[in-house]
Amino acid sequence: MGNVFVLAEHRQGELRDITLEMLTKAAAVAWQTGGEVVAVLLGSGVDAFAEKLRGYADRVLYVDDPLFADYNSEKYQKALAPLIQEHKPELFMIGHTTQGVDLAPALAVELKLPFISDVIEINLVDGKLKPVRQFYQGKVNANFSFKGEPPYLLTFREASLEAGEPNKSGSIEKVASPLQEDIAYRRFVEYVAAEVGDVDITQSEILVAVGRGIKEEKNMPLIEELAKAMKADICGSRAAIDAGWLGHDRQVGTSGKTVKPKLYVAIGISGAFQHLAGMKGAKTIVAINKDPDAPIFSVADLGIVDDLFKVVPKLTEKLKELKG
Amino acid sequence: MNIFVCIKRVPDTSEAIVKVDDTGRGVDSSKFSFDINESDNYAVEEAVLLKEAKGGNVQIVCAGTQDADMMIRMALAKGCDSAIRIDDPRINEVDPLQVAKVLAAAIKGKEFDLVLTGCMASDDGNMAVGVALAEELGVPHAAMVKKVEAGDGKVKVYRELEGGISEVVEMDLPAVITIQTGINEPRYAPIKGIRLAQKKELTVLKLEDLGVAPEEVSEAASLIALENFYIPEVESKAEILEGEPEEKAALLAEKLVKGGLL
Ligand SMILES: Cc1cc2nc3c(=O)[nH]c(=O)nc-3n(C[C@H](O)[C@H](O)[C@H](O)COP(=O)(O)OP(=O)(O)OC[C@H]3O[C@@H](n4cnc5c(N)ncnc54)[C@H](O)[C@@H]3O)c2cc1C
Ligand SMILES: Cc1cc2nc3c(=O)[nH]c(=O)nc-3n(C[C@H](O)[C@H](O)[C@H](O)COP(=O)(O)OP(=O)(O)OC[C@H]3O[C@@H](n4cnc5c(N)ncnc54)[C@H](O)[C@@H]3O)c2cc1C
Repeated sequence: MGNVFVLAEHRQGELRDITLEMLTKAAAVAWQTGGEVVAVLLGSGVDAFAEKLRGYADRVLYVDDPLFADYNSEKYQKALAPLIQEHKPELFMIGHTTQGVDLAPALAVELKLPFISDVIEINLVDGKLKPVRQFYQGKVNANFSFKGEPPYLLTFREASLEAGEPNKSGSIEKVASPLQEDIAYRRFVEYVAAEVGDVDITQSEILVAVGRGIKEEKNMPLIEELAKAMKADICGSRAAIDAGWLGHDRQVGTSGKTVKPKLYVAIGISGAFQHLAGMKGAKTIVAINKDPDAPIFSVADLGIVDDLFKVVPKLTEKLKELKG
Repeated sequence: MNIFVCIKRVPDTSEAIVKVDDTGRGVDSSKFSFDINESDNYAVEEAVLLKEAKGGNVQIVCAGTQDADMMIRMALAKGCDSAIRIDDPRINEVDPLQVAKVLAAAIKGKEFDLVLTGCMASDDGNMAVGVALAEELGVPHAAMVKKVEAGDGKVKVYRELEGGISEVVEMDLPAVITIQTGINEPRYAPIKGIRLAQKKELTVLKLEDLGVAPEEVSEAASLIALENFYIPEVESKAEILEGEPEEKAALLAEKLVKGGLL
């Protein structure tokens, strides 16, 4: 009893970071529930992943079948539903990733599982699991609990914690594939690589990042002037890219690029977790935002809480003066 | 091509101060401004674009109170044809699976090729309703879609993955697609459309009208419970510069230059 299962996530020959993060959390939970950590791996010829997983799990359940070469929610659901019913884990964890959000809600509905989405922490209080999730884009946290009987299902947010070092050497158990034939009604076609642009912002030393706070495209020269004075490249939040102010190759965050510049100046960006994930590795972070509660300040080294339209022109002017 | 599009009215809290209310399980929303959820706005546009290209009709489904009518009328003004609003205080809105069950009941039994939802509601952010809805309806789905190519009896979609990679997936119709922001350029409602929208059908339904037993979607029936809200402690190491805007700007410039950051 008390077993914690984790779905391993991989794509294009790579085990995704979320997998080891979840296994690290699972170990902490299982230590308290007195259960085992079990990794579930669906793939084709991914023995190396199974080998890696056993360093973090007491058992690895491995379905090795060419039909699982690429992710497909329908196939995953067909494999996981019977597996969950058979093993009845206390908790089943799936990444809150583009893969997990495409899969977990349907699995929850099919099996009528108590399901909590986008969990950032799992507490145990009097032996009961109490997941924490956020509302209003990180401004409020909420303690949740599961009702009814396990198995419980949750999706776990990426980069909520750092994966630990491997300290187990679990067994690898091959499980017969539950699929007899391919699924016709949803078919994987191909992966298409991300757009490449003129500047590779992952290589930039200094970045000025712009967000929705700039309001309109006609205000972009304000940012361009500042970038010129700083000899910086310009990038942006998803909101700035969706609005068409910058090209897709300039987007920073989970669905854009991960950057690690020496200096990152975030202007009018709230700091949604999807954005933070792409820039929190910057050496020095400066945030200019009129909302003192904006989550961007949680990762900033230097901050100005004020109207960017008043601050930015002055900043540009002063920089020009100082750098002559 | 007959399309349902699910839209939700959400508060814009990007610049708002959020405070937990006296119940400890809600927030004081009296000062929030509300509008259509961001990705739902893109879903409406995508539905209207598909209708313009392929013919057919677009119906809106919304679970919410009368306050949502203004948002619904705006979507109708952009070219949607009619709307269903499910207004029932007995629905437990904390559980996305229960919300999905209610939306599914409004769609089930009707003829449709596609159901479009947003990929995430910006307030609760579960990213769950669309995919759960597909399972309730027993049709295939694809989440986080940035491009839709509708063909005969099937649809090809580009799912946006981490790092901006796309996963191209083909599905048989009918299907559910959750729409990611940036897929199109949402139009503004034209004046003529706003006038026309007043005459379009907006049906308000209760759970009984949908054949959903209130007990099924009540808080008691939910398999999860929200215990309490709290404001997270922001562990900030940031040095916040003080003064008038000009002074702060000058101070920052000096720190950057003298600190050797530039
Ligand atoms: C699956 C998925 C993937 C995503 N991937 C990414 C990603 O890769 N990158 C990304 O950035 N986002 C991503 N997002 C979106 C993310 O959730 C946020 O919606 C987005 O980051 C918000 O952008 P923003 O901070 O520019 O806008 P907002 O959140 O609207 O913030 C605007 C900020 O500007 C401030 N402001 C407004 N006016 C002024 C002023 N005059 N002076 C000073 N400050 C002002 C406000 O206080 C506010 O904090 C993703 C979302 C999903 C669902
Ligand atoms: C204490 C509390 C009080 C709440 N009170 C209210 C309230 O008074 N009114 C209210 O509307 N919500 C309320 N909610 C919100 C409710 O939790 C969510 O609607 C529900 O859990 C769905 O999850 P989500 O919004 O995160 O949807 P996600 O899964 O992130 O949404 C994905 C998509 O599903 C569709 N969708 C989601 N909800 C609806 C809807 N209601 N109608 C049509 N389409 C929808 C949209 O297309 C959306 O883009 C409350 C939540 C809490 C915690």
